[in-house]
Amino acid sequence: MVKIPSILAEVFLLNLFSGRFNFIEFKSLNFIKICIFKLYFISRENDLALINFDFILKKKHNTFFFIIALLFCTSVWTQTTTVCASCDITTIHEALQQASDGDTILVKKGIYKEANLKVNNSITLIGEDFPIIDGEEKGEVITIGADNVTLDGFKIINVGVSYTTDYAAVRVVNSEGFIIQNLELEKLFFGIYLQKSKNGKVLNNKVKGEAVTEFNSGNAIHLWYCKDVEVRGNDVRKVRDGIYLEFSDNISIIDNFSKNNIRYGLHFMFSNKNTVINNVFETNGAGIALMFSKFMEVENNIITKNWGTASYGLLLKEVNDANLINNHFIENTVGITVEGSNRLVYSNNDFISNGYAIRVKGACYENQIIDNNFLYNSFDISYNGRINDNKFNNNFWSNYTGYDLDKDGIGDVPYRPVKLFSYIVNKTPETIILLRSLFIDLIDFSEKVSPVFTPDDLMDENPRMKRIEHDRN
Amino acid sequence: MIEIKNLHKKFGKNQVLSGLDLEIGEGGIFAVLGPNGSGKTTLIKCLLGMVIPDKGTISVLGENIKNSSDYRHRIDYLPQIANFPTNLKVKELITMIKDLRGKTDLDKELISLFKLEPFLDKKLGNLSGGTKQKVNLVLTFMFDSPLVILDEPTSGLDPISLIRLKKLIQAEKAKGKTVLITSHIMSFVEEISDEIVFLLEGKIYFKGSISELKNKTNQPDFEHAIASILTDNHA
Amino acid sequence: MLKILKYSFYDLMRSRWSYVYFAFYLLLGVVLLFLNNDLSKAVITLMNVIIVLVPLIGTIFGVMYYYNSKEFTELLLAQPLKRSSIFLGQYLGVAISLSMSLILGLGIPFIFYGLFKSNAIWDFSLLLITGTFLTFIFTALAFNIALSNENRIKGFGYAILLWLFLAIIYDGIFLMSLVIFEDYPLDKLSLIGTMLNPIDLSRTLILLKLDISALLGYTGAVFKQFFGTNFGLIVSISMLTIWIIMPVLRIIFKAKKKDF
Repeated sequence: MVKIPSILAEVFLLNLFSGRFNFIEFKSLNFIKICIFKLYFISRENDLALINFDFILKKKHNTFFFIIALLFCTSVWTQTTTVCASCDITTIHEALQQASDGDTILVKKGIYKEANLKVNNSITLIGEDFPIIDGEEKGEVITIGADNVTLDGFKIINVGVSYTTDYAAVRVVNSEGFIIQNLELEKLFFGIYLQKSKNGKVLNNKVKGEAVTEFNSGNAIHLWYCKDVEVRGNDVRKVRDGIYLEFSDNISIIDNFSKNNIRYGLHFMFSNKNTVINNVFETNGAGIALMFSKFMEVENNIITKNWGTASYGLLLKEVNDANLINNHFIENTVGITVEGSNRLVYSNNDFISNGYAIRVKGACYENQIIDNNFLYNSFDISYNGRINDNKFNNNFWSNYTGYDLDKDGIGDVPYRPVKLFSYIVNKTPETIILLRSLFIDLIDFSEKVSPVFTPDDLMDENPRMKRIEHDRN
Repeated sequence: MIEIKNLHKKFGKNQVLSGLDLEIGEGGIFAVLGPNGSGKTTLIKCLLGMVIPDKGTISVLGENIKNSSDYRHRIDYLPQIANFPTNLKVKELITMIKDLRGKTDLDKELISLFKLEPFLDKKLGNLSGGTKQKVNLVLTFMFDSPLVILDEPTSGLDPISLIRLKKLIQAEKAKGKTVLITSHIMSFVEEISDEIVFLLEGKIYFKGSISELKNKTNQPDFEHAIASILTDNHA
Repeated sequence: MLKILKYSFYDLMRSRWSYVYFAFYLLLGVVLLFLNNDLSKAVITLMNVIIVLVPLIGTIFGVMYYYNSKEFTELLLAQPLKRSSIFLGQYLGVAISLSMSLILGLGIPFIFYGLFKSNAIWDFSLLLITGTFLTFIFTALAFNIALSNENRIKGFGYAILLWLFLAIIYDGIFLMSLVIFEDYPLDKLSLIGTMLNPIDLSRTLILLKLDISALLGYTGAVFKQFFGTNFGLIVSISMLTIWIIMPVLRIIFKAKKKDF
């Protein structure tokens, strides 16, 4: 048994469905297709292929391939239904009613004006060339209430907007093993709504809303009481929250792109042990909001241009034991706003041209801020109160003016990242207009020499002389 | 040529000119005299528009000079202390003034008259007081204007240059020009001037020829005549 | 006026002060760029230099030039020239030669460094434009001071006081009043306060580029309108222009009345 790269399997499937393997002159061609399909997903689930697809792909071994396929599928006798305007079955609704576990419904290109579709069997619902399902604003479009459902390749538009019910383009209720992928959602309220579900995947979907205000818009990808879900490669724009998680654990959020969302690019509430990796958050009301959550890993994300009065790149509110590593915070009003969060590690991040790199609002203990670059921020750290229990070390601060006589790359005088002026601005926000004035520089300097308002132990004892070149792939 | 009516000027609390009337006809050399602080320089500066009178009118060549600058085309003025921009060379200064006032060819003649050729490429800051004064004279006389105002023209000049200057002034007079001179050198004044204008406390105390002045004061010579005016008024 | 401008400029270009000024900026540019190797940081440091030093140099140099060229001025006054052209010519001569020292002194090292290929070119041009504005404003203010004070020592004293006031004291008072009246809506007041001081105004112009992220964090609607759009840029530049025009008008007015 050879483990094969999944891309190869993907190519194979594509060829299979596009009819390139017409050598199979068999009446129930579709039946074989679905067998292969299942085979493929089983192998993908377990991350290894049980058969040598590469071997099968060679035309010479037609017969061999055939036998294997048959052997594999005899136990599950399933069928494929095709839906199109000129087919026997013209509505998805009808196809769904006839389907039983393991079936495949293949929907051809076209516009299907259907809403409130219920998927109550473990089926695969595939769209060919992005058929459009138009919900005509009648409410929810697709509701999945069974395990192991796959939904692939549709464009869903016109989800009903309601102030009492959270209508979604696709809702998954109490299910496991779902795969929701390659969907395009437009004119929506909620996009993909996962409810008390687990072990599923939400992959490569595109959600484009037209949200203007918070109260009459929904979230693109919404997880409520979910576990072990992978949210990968999605592109979510102009909704309320790009990705929303509430009471959801072990969720991995990877390679997503979240832009122009009016509230948050990504929003966690009471969700623990989640990972956020390689995502891009751009020009959202705020980039990421982590609230009341624990054991989070936030790595390699780019968080940029979140501008506004209450905007920030990342909000940490009552978050404990999280690691923030290798992220870029660029040109945000506030890079990170943090409140009541303890035992966090901030390392190898870049804070570039933010209004505030990190704004500490209070009750934050035992945090470590190490090996970060702070470049050209208006304020590096803003801090409340006089007590500090956080550790700043080995960061590079572009505002550092010290010297390095012993040439060890570490400045010989500590750096105090908190300016007196940031206190004044906290108290009287209008004074921000005096930023960079000579008078302000003078009072900041006198505060630096003899701290009165800022915690005198809040300093980086070993500020670097050179910018850290982070190792990023 | 010059007509001044009821001229008043005050610097701070110091009333320098108080109701000065003066008429100067065409042609001739007029010496403006007076004790220190009598308003000689102020009067000349008023004529040139450098000091703005509080009250009164001044017309030069029939034109009221208030808020005007073009009439200065018809005045050649020699300032009292010749302090020029030190960075400039003599040649450049002459070119500059020509550029500002208009073309003339008299400068070459004057330069050779005062033997300034060796200094043309020197910076003004490096010249002696006398040489500067010569440059000053060149600048003044190179424009052939009908009215010439000379403020202490003799200062710093060597005897030879002084003789040349006197000749020059006489030559100007011969051309029918009006020449206005202030000077402390009484012999110079006596030698050269046709008429005296004597200022005292901001007014014209006397205007007339030197012989008239001698008669009026009953003094045999010019210096004593002047001295007697001063002692009479300050006794 | 153009002739006077030409001669003043010519005169200044030969004075050693222009070279000192030029050399200072050249050195500053070189040190910032080649010791630091970081264009963005250099731009921030330059901003501090520009809003502090340019006004100071403009004021001192303006006053100094006026007093030193007194004889020259008197020479000119006896010529058939309008007073306004004499003084405007001299003023422009000083302002232009100072601006040129600034632009060339800083520009040359930055061009060698590869400014045209860099993103910082806009920030940098804005710095130079602001610096030029400040030079023109403070030279005009200096001429005003010098025209009103015959006594050099007094003139220099007032010039330094003016700089001190606008560069530091004003902001101190401004900050105090904002803090004292913090219970009242202050966004309009603070914008107006900025408009009334050319140094603050230039600083705001630069802030619009460098610190826009922080400025957009403030809640006031007026602030947001000001900083969020090109409105701020337009208003600031027109105010700076007014700041040049007003003192220049006073130079003309004062020059007409003054006795020499």
